[in-house]
Amino acid sequence: MTSEVKLKGEVGIGILKVMKNDLKKEQRRLFVRRFWSNQSAVIGSIILVILSIFAIFSPMISQFTPLEIDPVNRLNSPNIQHWFGTDNFGRDLFSRVASGAQVSMGVGFSVAILTAVIGMIIGLYSAYYSVLDHILMRICDALMAFPDILLAVAIMAVLGPQPINVVIAVTISKVPSMARIVRSSALVIKEQTYIEAMKAQGASSLRIIWRHIVPNILSPLIVQLTYIFAIAIILEAALSFLGAGIPAPNPSWGNILFDGKVVIFSAWWMTIFPGTFIILAVLGLNLFGDGLRDLLDPHSSKANKLQK
Amino acid sequence: MKAYIMKRLLSIIPVLLIVAVIVFFIIHLIPGDPASVILGEEATPEEVQTLREELGFNLPIYEQFVHWFAGIFQGNFGSSIYMNMPVLDAFLGHVGPTLSLALLAQSISIIIAIPLGVIAAKRRGTYVDQLFMIIAMLGLSIPSFLLALLLMLFFGVNLQWLPVAGYSPVSSGLWNHLQFMILPAISLGAIQAAVISRMTRSSMIDILNMNYIKTAKAKGVKNSVVVYKHALRNAFIPILTILGETFGALITGAVVTETVFNLPGIGQLVINAIVRRDYAVIQGTILMIAFSYLILNLIIDLLYGLVDPRVRLNRK
Repeated sequence: MTSEVKLKGEVGIGILKVMKNDLKKEQRRLFVRRFWSNQSAVIGSIILVILSIFAIFSPMISQFTPLEIDPVNRLNSPNIQHWFGTDNFGRDLFSRVASGAQVSMGVGFSVAILTAVIGMIIGLYSAYYSVLDHILMRICDALMAFPDILLAVAIMAVLGPQPINVVIAVTISKVPSMARIVRSSALVIKEQTYIEAMKAQGASSLRIIWRHIVPNILSPLIVQLTYIFAIAIILEAALSFLGAGIPAPNPSWGNILFDGKVVIFSAWWMTIFPGTFIILAVLGLNLFGDGLRDLLDPHSSKANKLQK
Repeated sequence: MKAYIMKRLLSIIPVLLIVAVIVFFIIHLIPGDPASVILGEEATPEEVQTLREELGFNLPIYEQFVHWFAGIFQGNFGSSIYMNMPVLDAFLGHVGPTLSLALLAQSISIIIAIPLGVIAAKRRGTYVDQLFMIIAMLGLSIPSFLLALLLMLFFGVNLQWLPVAGYSPVSSGLWNHLQFMILPAISLGAIQAAVISRMTRSSMIDILNMNYIKTAKAKGVKNSVVVYKHALRNAFIPILTILGETFGALITGAVVTETVFNLPGIGQLVINAIVRRDYAVIQGTILMIAFSYLILNLIIDLLYGLVDPRVRLNRK
C-alpha cells in the first residue's frame, strides 16, 4: 500500500520533470526564434563571428609576420603582396591589423569578463549589506568622477606599459558602473517576497545571494557585459593611441593608428584599415548588446546603455 | 527645498574626500623613488636627497597627504617641477582650448540631436526613424579620436579645407579660432549627438504615450504645440541628466581629441605630465577635473529638483 503510494508519487514527479524539460525546450526554441527575428542581434552577431574568424585565421594565411621589418618597402600602398599596404617600418599592415585584432579583442574580452565578475561581487554584497553599501558606493562614486581614459592613463603610468596592465587599468575604470547596475537590479530582487520567505526559513545569506539573486540579475549583467566589451576596445585603442597602452612594436589597433598619425599625409591606409576594424568591432558589439537587451530584458531602462 | 539642497551638499563631501585620497595614492603607488625618477639615472644620491626634502617625500606618507590636502583648500595644488610654475596656473593656462572644445561640441550635439530625436519619436517605426537610429548607432560606435583622424584625413588632407592641426586663441579673431576648432568639435560632438538623440527619442516616446498628451490632442491643441510645448518640456528632464552624465565622456573625448589635433588643452597637459613624470601636475589636474565633474552633477541634480518638484519630495 505505502509502496504503491510512493510509486505513484515518483511517477508524478517523473511526469512533472518531463513537463519541465519540455517547457524549457519550448522556451529555448522560442528564444532562438525571437533571436533570429531580432535584426540588431543577428547583424551584430554576424559581424562578431566574421571578426573572430578574421582574428583567428588571418595570421595563418598571411605571408608576413607582424614584426618583420622591411625598410625597402616602407609605406607601400595596398597591393597584391601587401593587401593593406605597409607601415613606416615596412611591416605588413594586413598581418599587423590581424594580429592587432587578437590583441584588441583579447583585451576587450578579458576586461568584460573581469569587470562582470568583480562588478557582480561588489554590486551583490553592497545590495545585501547596507553598511558595505555606504562604503563601496562612495568609492564607486569617487572612481566614476574620473574620466575613464584619464584614470586608465594614470594607472598605466603607475603599472607600466604591459598588455596585462591595460586590462587591469581599463577594468578598474569600468568596475564602478558595472557594480552600480548589478546593485540596482539586486536591490529590486532582494525586496521580493520569495527572498523574504527564504530568510524566514533560515537560508544563509550566501545561499540567498548566489542561488536566488544571481540567476535573476544575469540578464542585465550579460547585456552590460557586451557594452563593456565595446568600451574596452575603444579604451584600449585610445590608450595605445596616446602611447600608454600596448607597448610598441607589438600591434594593436590603437598602436597602428598611433604610427599612422605621423604619416597621415602620405599613408591613408594606416588610418583607414585599423579604423574600420575598430568601428566594426564596436558596432557589432553595440548591435549585439541592443538585441540582447530587447530579448532578455525588455523592461530595462535604456538609460543604462547610455552611461558610457 | 532647503533640506534637499543641504542633503545633496553633505552627500558630496565624502566623495570629494575619497577622490582626493585616490588621486594622492595613485601617484604614490608608482614604483621607485619619485625624486630619483625625476632627476634621471645620472643624479648623485645627494641631489636626490635634496630634491626629496624639497618635495616633502621624506616625510611619512600620512603627513604628506595632510600637507597636500590642506594646500588644496588654500588653492595650492603644488607646483610643476618641469614647467616651474604652480599647477593651478598651468591648469588655467590650458583650460581655454578644452572648455571651448567641450562647449562647441556640446552645442553642435544638442543642435543636431534634439530635433533628430524628436522627429524620430514623432515618426517612430517609419523609415525616417530607422535611418536616424542607424546613423545614431554608427555615431555611437566610432570613438571620437578615430572620427577625428578620419575627418582630418578627409577635410584636412584630401580636400584641404581646414587646417589639420594647431590652435589660435579667440583673441586672435573668431574665425581664426573656429577654423582650428571645427573638426575637433565635430568629432567630439558626434558621439554626444548619438547618445542625446537616442535619449531624446526614447523619453519623447514615453511621454507621447501619456494620458495628458492624449487629452491635449483631444482638446484640439495643434500637433506641433503638443510635441514641442507639452511633450518636449517634460522630456528635457532625462535629457538634462544625460548632459551631466556625459560630461565625463566629453572630457575623456576631449583629452584624446586634443592630442590628435595638437590643441594645447588639459589633455595635452596631462599626457605631457605623465610622459615627463610631473607628478604634481598629474595629481592637480585629475583632481580638478574630477571635482568639476562632481560639482556639475550636483548642480544638475539641484536643477532637477527645481524643475521637477516630485524629485525633491521623493528624496526627502
